[in-house]
Amino acid sequence: MTATLFVEQTLNGLQFGVMLFLMAAGLTLIFGIMDVINLAHGSLYMAGAFVGATITARTGSFTLGVLAGAAAGALIALILELTIIRRLYARDHLDQVLATYALILTFNEGVKVLWGPAPIFLSAPAALAGTIEVLPGIPYPTYRLVVIAAGIGAALFLGWLIGRTRAGMLIRAGTTNRETVQALGVDVGLLFALVFAVGGALAGLAGVMAGPILAVQVGMGEQILILAFVVVVVGGLGSVRGAMAGALLVGLTDTWARALLPTLLRGLLPPASADQVAANLGSVAVYLLMAVVLAVRPQGLFPRHA
Amino acid sequence: MRERAAVAVGLALLVAAPFVLEAMDEAFLLSVLTRMLAYALAAAALDLVLGYGGMVSFGHGAFLGTGAYVAGVLLHHRADGTAVIDWPVRIGGTAEALVAWPAAALVSGLLAAAIGAISLRTRAVHFIMITLAFAQMVFFLVLALPQYGGTDGLMVPGRNVLVGASLAGDAPLYWAALALLVAFLAFARSAMAARFGLALKGARMNERRALALGVPVYRIRLAAFTLSGAVAGLAGAVLANQSSFVSPDLLSWQRSGELMVMVILGGQGTLFGPVLGAIALLAAEEELAALTEHWMLILGPALLVVVLFFRGGLWRVVAGKGGHA
Amino acid sequence: MLEARGLTRRFGALAANEDVTLTLAAGECHAVIGPNGAGKSTLVAMLAGEQRPDGGSVMLAGEDITSLGPAARARRGIARSFQITQLCRDLTVRENVMLAVQAASGWHWGFLRAARNDRGLTVDADASLAAAGLASRAHIPAGLLSHGEQRQLELAIALSQAPRVLLLDEPAAGLGAAETPALAARLAALKGRIAMLLVEHDMDTVFALADRITVLAGGRVIASGAPAEIRANRAVREAYLGDVVDA
Repeated sequence: MTATLFVEQTLNGLQFGVMLFLMAAGLTLIFGIMDVINLAHGSLYMAGAFVGATITARTGSFTLGVLAGAAAGALIALILELTIIRRLYARDHLDQVLATYALILTFNEGVKVLWGPAPIFLSAPAALAGTIEVLPGIPYPTYRLVVIAAGIGAALFLGWLIGRTRAGMLIRAGTTNRETVQALGVDVGLLFALVFAVGGALAGLAGVMAGPILAVQVGMGEQILILAFVVVVVGGLGSVRGAMAGALLVGLTDTWARALLPTLLRGLLPPASADQVAANLGSVAVYLLMAVVLAVRPQGLFPRHA
Repeated sequence: MRERAAVAVGLALLVAAPFVLEAMDEAFLLSVLTRMLAYALAAAALDLVLGYGGMVSFGHGAFLGTGAYVAGVLLHHRADGTAVIDWPVRIGGTAEALVAWPAAALVSGLLAAAIGAISLRTRAVHFIMITLAFAQMVFFLVLALPQYGGTDGLMVPGRNVLVGASLAGDAPLYWAALALLVAFLAFARSAMAARFGLALKGARMNERRALALGVPVYRIRLAAFTLSGAVAGLAGAVLANQSSFVSPDLLSWQRSGELMVMVILGGQGTLFGPVLGAIALLAAEEELAALTEHWMLILGPALLVVVLFFRGGLWRVVAGKGGHA
Repeated sequence: MLEARGLTRRFGALAANEDVTLTLAAGECHAVIGPNGAGKSTLVAMLAGEQRPDGGSVMLAGEDITSLGPAARARRGIARSFQITQLCRDLTVRENVMLAVQAASGWHWGFLRAARNDRGLTVDADASLAAAGLASRAHIPAGLLSHGEQRQLELAIALSQAPRVLLLDEPAAGLGAAETPALAARLAALKGRIAMLLVEHDMDTVFALADRITVLAGGRVIASGAPAEIRANRAVREAYLGDVVDA
C-alpha cells in the first residue's frame, strides 16, 4: 500500500460520496416530508447528465451544461410532482413503487429515442483537465477536486436552506411531524413542489457532474439510485445529516473495496479473471456494510425519532 | 361461484393449449407459454408475500435468478463431468429434475431466509429499499463468478430429466411447468385459508392487534418470505430449462419490478390474479415488441395509467371477485 | 399476578411515567384513573410490552417479563383491549376471534386444513361470539360493525384467549348511555376469575367494578387504595375527582 494509492482512493471515495449525497439528500427529503418513495429519482440524474452533455456540446461551455443539467432535473421533477407524484401521496408505498417504476421504463426508453442507445461522452473543460499536486508528489485530477468542492458547496447550501430559512424550518418540521406543518396553514402543495424541485436539481447536478467521470448512458440512473437507497437506509430515512454520513461511508467503502480487492485476489486467481471478480465483489461490499448497519441499528445511523 | 368457473376455464385452456397449438401448426408457441407459466409461478409466489403478507419485496428477481443458476450450473457440470464443489464434500452436476429442482428451491429458499431475516426487522419503505439492495448484492455476487460466464451468462447444455424421462422438447417441459403451477396454487390456496394464512393476513391488516394477541408476526412473515423465495427459485429452474440459457439479467432489479407488476396487474392477494397478470404482461410485451422497437414507451405509460386509475387487477374483472386493493 | 415496579418512561425531558408501582392480585379489578395526560396509556403500553420502560420492571406471576415484547407477553396470558379499537377490519368477525384463539393455542403452522373447519379454533370462537351477542354478525367483515359492536368484539377477542390478566384501556370509550352498564355487567361477571387492570374515565363504571383504585397524575401515583379511601382522599379530590364532582 503506497501513500499515493491511499490518498488517491480516499479522494475518489470522497468524490463518489458527495455524488451519492446529492442523490440521497433529495430522496430522503422527499421521503421524510411526503412519505413518498420515488424510483424515478434516478431518471432525474440521467436527464441531468444527458441535457448537460448536450448543452455543453452545443455551446462549448461546461458551466452552462452544468446549470442546464441542474435546471433540467428541477424542471422535470416539478412537472412530475404536479402531474403524477401528487396523485400518489395518498396511495400506499406499493403504488408509489409501481408508478415510479413505470416512469423509469418510460424515461429510459425516451432517452433511447432522443439520444440513441450508445453512451455519449462529456469531457471536463480544458481548464480542469489537468492535475493538482494535493500532497507533495501526489497529483490528483483537478476536475474531481472541483466535483468534491461543488458537492460540499451543495451540501452547505442545503444545510443553509434547511437550517436558516423559513422553508427549511417547515421542511424540518415536516420530516418529524407531517401533521404539524399542515396544521400551520402552510400551502403544503407549494412546499412539496419546492422540495421536489430542489431534490431534482441536486440529482440533475449530480448527473451532469458525473458525466466526465462515468459514461452518460441509459441505465446510469438506476445504478446510482440503488446505491442512494443504501445510503438512505444506512443514514436513516428522512435525515439529511444521515444522508451525508451514509454517503461518505458508502462512497469510501465502495471505492476502497474496489481498490483493494484486485491486489488481494491477484494472488489467488489468474490476473484476467481476478480483475472482473474483484470489480464485482467490490460492488458487494456496500451491501454488506448495509447489512451490518441494519443488524446493529435497524433504523439507520440517524433515526428520525431518536 | 364465478371465481370457481374462471379457475376451471383457465385450467381447461392451459390443458388444451398443447393440443390446440399442435392442431394449428403453431407448436413453437408452446415454449412461449412455458415461459409464461414459469413467470406465473414466480408471480404467484410473490403474491404470498406481497398480497397476503403485505411485504413489498423488490427483490424477488434474485430468488428467481438464483434458482435458474442452480439448475443451469448443475446441468453445466453434469455435461462437463466436473464437480460443483470438491470440498468439504464433492457435489457433482446432475440432470435429474428431482434433485436439481428441489436444490434450486432450497438454495433460493435459504437465500430468502437470510435476506428476510435482516429485511423483516424493518418496515415499509425501508423494507422495499433493503430487499432491492440485497437483490442487487446477489446480482453482483453472481457476476463475480467467472466460471459461470459472468456478465455474459451461461449456456445451459441440454435439459433436466424427470425420473429418467427427458424434458427435452416443448411438450414435456410445458406439462412439468403446468403441474408445478397447479400444485403450488392448490397448496397456497389451502395454506392461505388455514391457520398460517389467517396469521399472515391478520398481521398485514393490523400488526399491532396481531402482536397483542401473541401472534409471532416476525416468524410468520419470515416463513412466508422463505417459502415464496423457494418457489420463485423453482420457477427459475423451469426458466433455465425453457431458455437453455441463464444470465444475470434474471437477477436484475428489472425482473423484480416485472414480477411486482404481474402481481398488481392481475390483482394482489388472489393467487390466480398474478398468474393472469404474468400471462398478460408477457403477452403484451411480445405483441408490443413486434410493433415497435421502442415498445417500452407504450408499456411504461400504460402501466402508469393502470396504477393510477385501474385498481383491483384483471382477476376482479374476470372472476368478479378481487383481493384487497 | 401482575406487578409494576418503579416503572419510568420519558419522552425527551417529559416523564410520562415516573416510578409507578402497582400490583394486580389474581382475580381482582384494579382501576387506574387520572386526568388526561396522567400517563395511563403509557402505563398500559409498558405493561402490554408495546413500550419499553426507561427504568423499573414488570413481573408476571413472579417472572420478570420487562424485556419481553407484546406477543411474548400475550402468550404468557396477558390480553388487552385498546382505547381505539384495533381489529383486522377485512377479516370476518368470526375470523378475528379465531385468530385470537389460534394465537392463544400457539400453533400457527397449519397449511392444509381450512381454519373455518378447524374445530380447535371454531368451538372457542363461536362460544366467545355467542357470549358477546355477536353470533348473528359472525360472517361479516369486522370493519362493517357499528362502533358499539366493534367494542364488544374487541372484548370478545381478549376473552377468547382465556387470559390470566386483562388490560382494559378505556373499554367504555365511545359507548352510549345504554351500552356502558351492559359492559360493566359483563366485566363484573369476570371478577374473581381474571385479574383486570381497568383504565377508565367513566367514574360510575370505575366505582362499580374496582376492588382497588390507583390514581395517576403527572405520571406519578398520587394515591392508591380501596374505592372508599380514594373517594375520601383529599389530594385525589383536589387533583382530579374534585373536577368531576363540581361538574
